[in-house]
Amino acid sequence: MAKGVVKKTFLKPLGKDNPVFVQILGICSTLAVTNKLENTVVMSMGVLFTTALSGFTLSLIRRFIPGRIRMMVETMVIATYVIIVDIVLRAFYPDIWQQLGPYVGLIITNCIIMGRAEAFALNNPPGLSLVDGISTGIGYSYVLIIIAFFRELLGTGQLWNVQIFGDWWTNWSIMVMPPGAFFMLAIFIWIVKGAVIKEEQ
Amino acid sequence: MESSWYPIAVFFAAVFTNNILLTNYLGMCSFLSVAKDLKASVGLGIAVTFVMATTTVLNWMVYNLILEPFGLEYLRFIVFIIVIAAFVQLVEMIIERVSEGLYAALGIFLPLITVNCAILGVSLFMVIRDYGLITSLFFGFGSGIGWFLAILSMAGILQKLKKARIPKGLEGAGITLIITGIMALAFMGFSGMLQIG
Repeated sequence: MAKGVVKKTFLKPLGKDNPVFVQILGICSTLAVTNKLENTVVMSMGVLFTTALSGFTLSLIRRFIPGRIRMMVETMVIATYVIIVDIVLRAFYPDIWQQLGPYVGLIITNCIIMGRAEAFALNNPPGLSLVDGISTGIGYSYVLIIIAFFRELLGTGQLWNVQIFGDWWTNWSIMVMPPGAFFMLAIFIWIVKGAVIKEEQ
Repeated sequence: MESSWYPIAVFFAAVFTNNILLTNYLGMCSFLSVAKDLKASVGLGIAVTFVMATTTVLNWMVYNLILEPFGLEYLRFIVFIIVIAAFVQLVEMIIERVSEGLYAALGIFLPLITVNCAILGVSLFMVIRDYGLITSLFFGFGSGIGWFLAILSMAGILQKLKKARIPKGLEGAGITLIITGIMALAFMGFSGMLQIG
């Protein structure tokens, strides 16, 4: 395997092929879990684990999957890993598991993972698929963490449950409520797209 | 614990105060891609409402009659998604045979629905909130209507926006998200009416 290919595969989902702000995939969880940094990091780990290993597994068995039922096979493989994430979270981080609620299970229908499986893992060797899965997971995570950083900071004056701002700060409680999530993501996309457009000119 | 009005309250809560799209962010992917087209939005909305109501009931039965008695709750993700996929496939085949017009209108949306996170999400919420059978039916149906309402209003607004001048960076997903945010704000006005956890 050429080193250049690995590097290219790794860098693509971080920048110009980013799953969240370029392809606009996986928005549900992007919006839902970003009200607290702690939850976001745990959720990101779960997604990273699932994309990486499901990509790897599907790539391993890609020659044996009949074309007609491949979506079903993909879903089964992804669901298996999500169940592992769910059980681990419930055992070790019950509080966070409680707060994430159904969103852990919803990793299954996260279009990012399905999309990577369809577009990449079924046509590439296992090693490369693993790299792609990991970098897609990182590309997803860093966007979420940036959004969560601002939402928690502005919405509660805290970061990772530690008070950052003093008494003078008035919480923008809208930031931790649903509308804040929509606005934050829109602003994020706006900034990134604006930078890209400027670069092109 | 459930009074006879409870299912009705859950229904209204699912449509207005706890709208599945605007407060739980579910079904955003198809929402963002389909809302540009008013006609397609109607088709998808109807399909989602129907599938959501039926799969919630089916999943309630599977969960309470099969998974729980055998202590297999941890399998619920995999089982729910199979139930949804199988049901959607079945409906697609039936519609194809029975009505060509309906198939032309709804057929293309059905496969999309299997990966619509709102459908699975509603089933998972139903388990977490421990709803009864009747309540689940109303909850699934109400969530579908709520989603339909959201995508329909969004499609209407986007029609008007076609003529507006939007900053380049905001075109497409950006402006849709901002409008969704404003809609979510508007729907928060309903939240004083009922409180359903």
